[in-house]
Amino acid sequence: MTTLLIAEHDNGSLKEPTARALTAALAIGGDVQVLVAGKDCGAAAAEAARLAGVTKVLHAESDALAHQLAEPLAALIVALAAPYDAIVAAATSTGKNTMPRVAALLDVMQVSDVTGVVAADTFERPIYAGNAIETVQSPEAKRVLTVRSSAFKAAEAGGAAAVEPVDAAAAVAAGSAFVGAEIARLERPELTSARIVVSGGRAFQSAENFRKYLEPLADKLGAAIGASRAAVDAGYAPNDYQVGQTGKVVAPDLYIACGISGAIQHLAGMKDAKVIVAINKDPDAPIFQVADYGLVGDVFTLLPEFEKAL
Amino acid sequence: MKVLVPVKRVVDFNVKVRVRPDGSGVDLQNVKMAMNPFDEIAVEEALRLREAGKASEIVVVSVGPAQAAETIRTGLAMGADRGILVKSDFSTEPLGVAKALRAVVEAEQPRLVILGKQAIDDDCNQTGQMLAALLGWPQATFASKLVIEGDAATVTREVDGGHETLALTLPAIVTTDLRLNEPRYASLPNIMKAKKKPIDEKTPEELGVDLTPRLKVLKVVEPKGQRSGTRVATVAELVDKLKNEAQVL
Repeated sequence: MTTLLIAEHDNGSLKEPTARALTAALAIGGDVQVLVAGKDCGAAAAEAARLAGVTKVLHAESDALAHQLAEPLAALIVALAAPYDAIVAAATSTGKNTMPRVAALLDVMQVSDVTGVVAADTFERPIYAGNAIETVQSPEAKRVLTVRSSAFKAAEAGGAAAVEPVDAAAAVAAGSAFVGAEIARLERPELTSARIVVSGGRAFQSAENFRKYLEPLADKLGAAIGASRAAVDAGYAPNDYQVGQTGKVVAPDLYIACGISGAIQHLAGMKDAKVIVAINKDPDAPIFQVADYGLVGDVFTLLPEFEKAL
Repeated sequence: MKVLVPVKRVVDFNVKVRVRPDGSGVDLQNVKMAMNPFDEIAVEEALRLREAGKASEIVVVSVGPAQAAETIRTGLAMGADRGILVKSDFSTEPLGVAKALRAVVEAEQPRLVILGKQAIDDDCNQTGQMLAALLGWPQATFASKLVIEGDAATVTREVDGGHETLALTLPAIVTTDLRLNEPRYASLPNIMKAKKKPIDEKTPEELGVDLTPRLKVLKVVEPKGQRSGTRVATVAELVDKLKNEAQVL
């Protein structure tokens, strides 16, 4: 049995979700080969070859793959799909965009957002915003999966797989073109892979307060900053900070929810954290029901105190 | 330009579902149902295109049980022109739904299909991309801004770490993210008017599609992890617990 893992990268380097999805791919059993498809992505391919457990790296180069658009990338994956029993990608925005396209072209029902591998054909995944976990068996001859990267540990480096160039002629742009991107350059750890996440909600009342009170604490802890949907909708935090069912799903060692009431939608994005701390002035806020430690009080007085106590 | 908007009937987003004790699924008896929130955003975006003179007709389509007609009716009350219900006795899966939608698209010939990016029940996030693949159309998923000029769509997408803008040639598929717009409420006169708007019923057989689910659900369980919920009185106590008890600092 052989699995093809689709690498998440920005041409220059491999992104961490790849190493995490690799752990899921290895759990399926058999060989795992990695496809690095992009433009001038040799460095990312070399990095993929160093991940322990990878038996081969397929390196595809094409102008059409420069921005990982779904149409050419899916077409390439489908062209390469024949020898594989499973095709796996991390459930990143690229993976979520591309893999259902691959699945439909192969006439396969995809299993999305896998959080556990039970057997080669049986997987666990959250439904209803994580309020239930379903175990599904896929009878498909070729299984197409996306993997929730926060549910798997990153595979270690230490491999030395061969990198083999593959024909990227199938990667043809079809009706869509890249215009531009605005990707925030973060000074802090990336939200989905950070060990500690400090998150803020509506209680901050303004974007200034959100930064003023959360940033010093996050800096002291070496933490990423997240936000509730309410805080994002109110304009206190940029939208890529959003943690929740429809935002980022995080599973850090420590999640500190500050001034967040705890809507179901938000809980879906953070309840797999190892330890959850809730700080909120409303003692009845639902967030306390999912917290390991709850502290009732005003974030404006408690957060500076917290930062000093560290 | 005709715009097709597929909608799904799901458990209302405010409902906290309960898993059945026998592990066979979640309990949907006497639970409030509603239009999937991302689909409401899709209907709203189509309405705004019509109001801006870019769209001429909006067709709302649902693949689901007979009661999905109510969900279509919600879209009609918001302002869509007519509905199509593809009746399915099965619990629907994205691949089957995408195949049914392909048949509807082939019959209706819309230039644009706007879908919600995911349904909040199965959380699959697949149908739009699958429909795009089956039709051979370009796609722009997780849209936070949509501009139509003639045969071109410029779409800003929410991606990890920021935004990306794509230029698509119509016909195309767009799936909605949360911040694309804020859907309107249906007014009472429009709810009354919607009762007279036509809903065409189709069967999967008429469309030549098989909606039998492919995946086998073996069991559904509650998520693990009851939390201790310890209340601490002071910041000092919190820091002490995090260092010595939880050992995460």
